[in-house]
Amino acid sequence: MVEVHLWSGLRSLTGGQQVIEVQAKTTGDLLKELVRAHPQLQGPIDAGVSIAIDGRVIATGLTEPIPEGSEVYLMQRLRGG
Amino acid sequence: MALDDRKSGFTFVGTRPNRPDGLDKVTGRAKFGADISAPGMLFGAVLRSPHAHARIVKIDASKAEAHKDVKAVVTRADFADVLFKPGLEGEFWNVLENVMAGEKALYDGHAVAAIAATSALAARDALKLIEVEYEVLPHVTDVDKAMATDAPVIREGAADYSVPEGMHPNVVRYHDSGHGDVEAGFAEADLVIEDSFVTEATHQGYIEPHACLAMLGNDGKGELWCTTQGHWIAQKTCAALLGIETSQLRVTASEIGGGFGGKTTVFIEPVALALSRKANRPVKLVMTRSEVFRATGPTSSASMDIKIGMKKDGTITAAQGVFRLQGGAFPGAPGDMTAMCAFAPYNLTNVKQIGYDVMANRPKQAAYRAPGAPMGAFAVESVIDELCKKLDLDPVDVRLKNAAHEGTKASYGPRYERIGLVETLVAAKAHPHYSAPLKPGQGRGISCGFWFNHGGETSVSLALSEDGSAQLMVGTPDIGGSRASMALMAAEVLGIPYENIRVTIADTATLGYNDVSHGSRVTYASGLATIKAAKHAVEKLSERAAAKWGIPVDAVKWEDGCAVPSGPNAGDFDPMPLADITADMGSTGGPISGHFEATPEGAGVSFGTHIVDAEVDPETGKTSVTRYTVIQDAGKAIHPTYVEGQYQGGAAQGIGWALNEEYIYGDDGRLQNSIFLDYRIPVASDLPMIDTVIVEVPNPGHPFGVRGVGETGIVPPLAAIANAVSHAAGVRMRQLPMSPPRILAALKDNG
Repeated sequence: MVEVHLWSGLRSLTGGQQVIEVQAKTTGDLLKELVRAHPQLQGPIDAGVSIAIDGRVIATGLTEPIPEGSEVYLMQRLRGG
Repeated sequence: MALDDRKSGFTFVGTRPNRPDGLDKVTGRAKFGADISAPGMLFGAVLRSPHAHARIVKIDASKAEAHKDVKAVVTRADFADVLFKPGLEGEFWNVLENVMAGEKALYDGHAVAAIAATSALAARDALKLIEVEYEVLPHVTDVDKAMATDAPVIREGAADYSVPEGMHPNVVRYHDSGHGDVEAGFAEADLVIEDSFVTEATHQGYIEPHACLAMLGNDGKGELWCTTQGHWIAQKTCAALLGIETSQLRVTASEIGGGFGGKTTVFIEPVALALSRKANRPVKLVMTRSEVFRATGPTSSASMDIKIGMKKDGTITAAQGVFRLQGGAFPGAPGDMTAMCAFAPYNLTNVKQIGYDVMANRPKQAAYRAPGAPMGAFAVESVIDELCKKLDLDPVDVRLKNAAHEGTKASYGPRYERIGLVETLVAAKAHPHYSAPLKPGQGRGISCGFWFNHGGETSVSLALSEDGSAQLMVGTPDIGGSRASMALMAAEVLGIPYENIRVTIADTATLGYNDVSHGSRVTYASGLATIKAAKHAVEKLSERAAAKWGIPVDAVKWEDGCAVPSGPNAGDFDPMPLADITADMGSTGGPISGHFEATPEGAGVSFGTHIVDAEVDPETGKTSVTRYTVIQDAGKAIHPTYVEGQYQGGAAQGIGWALNEEYIYGDDGRLQNSIFLDYRIPVASDLPMIDTVIVEVPNPGHPFGVRGVGETGIVPPLAAIANAVSHAAGVRMRQLPMSPPRILAALKDNG
C-alpha cells in the first residue's frame, strides 16, 4: 500500500481525508486508484497534477514506478516560463 | 533511467567557447520573426477593442472587404466552426477567445477583427473601415476590487472545483496547502509580524515583437514561421483553432529576440493562418510594441497578506500567506505556484499558504520567468527582513538557521532531495559584498528564492558526417544559449571538439514532439536527451569498430573520441578515432545517428540568494542600485558564461520590476503606458555591474548534474531590492514598483 498525501485544498473532495492509502505500483495506477476511492478527485487530476515520490517530482509521467514504502505527495501541475 | 554518469572531471563541459549564433547576430544575418517574406505575400493588421469590457453587438466589415487593397477580413466567425472540434475546450478555448474576441471584448486591446491587404499601410488604414458596435459594460482591473461582491462578472461559470462556495465568480481557482499548526506556532513566537504587499503587472519586455508568416491552403496544408518559445505547441494550438490536422501544419521557429515565458503561447499566429486561408496567399503579421503591451501576456498583478512568527534566536515558529493573483480575463494566474514557492526556502514546522486565481479586465497573463514566485518572495522575504531588524539579527544567519536542506519537508509537501540553498547562503556570508561598508544613505538587502524547474517532452536527433563532424537537431528554441550547451554536452560524450558540432533548432516536420522552452527545462531536458542521443551514436560507433577488429562489442570502450579495445580478450589494436569509423560508414552498415525521445522526470529544484545595495535620493525619490551580487545553484554549469548571463538577466529584469515597470490603467480601463517611453525597462545606465557566484550542487536527476538556471534568478530580486531600499529610505516599502512618487509618498508618510 502507498500513502498518498494530498494538498489540503482537496480535503473537501475526500470527506476531510488528507492522506489516502491506495494499492499502486506506478504513478498512472496511483491516479486511477485515487479516483476509484474518491471519484471527485477526477476534476483536479484532469486539471493537471504532479506526483512527488520521495521528493522527486514527477511532472506528468504515468509510468514511473512507486517503490514500496515511499513518501508520495500529490501536487498541482507545475508550470514554467 | 540510470543517471550514474560522472559529475566532475569534464573535458568540454564547464568551458566557455564562443557562442555559435554570435556572428549571425552581430552581422544581422540571423533571421528573426519579421525577417522573412514570400512571393505574393499580404500584410495583416488587427483591429482591437478600445474598451476594457464590452458586448460586441455587431461587426460590419463590408466597406473594408470592398476596398481594392484588402484581400481578406476575418472575425471570430472564421474560427467558429472549429468550436465543435473534439478537444477544443479548456485552455484551447481560452486561447481562441483571447486570439479573437467572441461575444464580448474582455480587455483594452482585445482582438475583434483582422485584415490582410497588399501593404502594411493599406492593412492598417483599412482597419478604420470596419464598423464595430459595442455595448460598453462595467469593468474591473484591480485584483482586490475584482474579488469584491459588487465587481462586474467577467465570465459566469469559469470557476473550477477548487473555489469555495460564496466567492465572487471572478475567483476561478483556489489553492490551499501547508502542514503543522500555524496558530500554535504563532503562540510560540517572541515576535509576530503581519503585513500586506502589492505588486503591479509587468511585461516580459522582450525586444522582438511577435511576428509570423503564415500560409494555409484550402487543402488544410500549412506552413508557419514564427518567433516562439515552442513551435510544437504553436502547431498543436493553431491546428486546433483552425480545425486542421496537426501534422499538416509545419511550424518553423525563427531566431528569437527574447521570450522569458511570454512566447509560450500563440496570439497572432492563428489569425495570420485564418487570413491566409481566406485570401489564399501568404500573410505576414507583425505586432507593434503597443500591441505587444496591450494584448500579449504580462505577468499577474498581486495582493498578498503575510504573517510570520519568530523566536528571539531567529527560529521561525510559523508562517502563513494569502496570495491573490490577477491574470487577466481568463483563468490561469499562478496563485497556486506563488503559494507553493513562497515559503519553500525554509524548514518550517508550521506553514499554511492560500492562493487565488482571479480574473479582471486585462490581457491574459502569460508566464514570466518562474511565474508567480517573485511576488510571493517579495512579500515573505520583506517580513523576514523586518523580523530580523526588530530582533536585531543578521539576515543571512537567520536564513541559514531556517534554511531547507536535503530531507526537509518542503512547505508544498514532499521532502527535498539534495539541494543547494545552504551553500548559496554560506557563499553570501563569505562574499566580500556582504561585509563591505555602506555609505550614508545606502541600504543593503538580501533575499532567497526558489523555483521548481521542469522536464517535459523532449526529442533529440544526432547525425554524424563522413568527416567526423556532427549535426545535432533539437526542438527547443534557443532562448538562453542552449545551442552552445547542447554542443558542449555532445562533445563531452562523443569526444570531438565543440566546433565540430552544429546545433539546429529543427522544425516540426523533422523531429518528434518537443515541449516549449520553458520551466528552465532546456539545458536539463534537451541536454539529457542530447547526452543520450550521443551515447546512442557511440554504441553504434563501438559496434563498427568491434566489427572491424573482429572482437565482441563489449570488448570496446569509448575514450577521448576513439574506440579502444578493453578487457583481457580484446586484443591489441590502436585506438580508432571517430572520423576513421564514419569515413566509410556508408559501406560498413550505413549512416550513424543517435536518437532519444522521452519525458525526463528529474529536473531538480533550485535556490538562489541575492545581495543588493541601494541608494535613495530623498529629494527626488529616485533609487540607484549601487551593487548587486547573485549567488545561485546551477547543479553543473555547462557553459558558465551563459549561466552568468542568466543570473545577470534575472537581476536586471528584477530591478525593472522592483523600481519602475508597471501596467498603469486609467479609470476607463485603458492601458496608459503601452510604449517603452512610458513603460520604462532598465537600460545599461540604470544597472551596476551584476556580480555572480555559481554554486554547483549536482542534481541527481541529470547525467552531468544540471539544474535549470533560467528562472530562479528573477525570484529574489524584488525582495532583495525592496529590503535594500527600505533600509536606505528608513521606511518599509510594501508596494511595487518603488517608483520615485511612491518613495516620496512613503518618506512623507514616515515624517
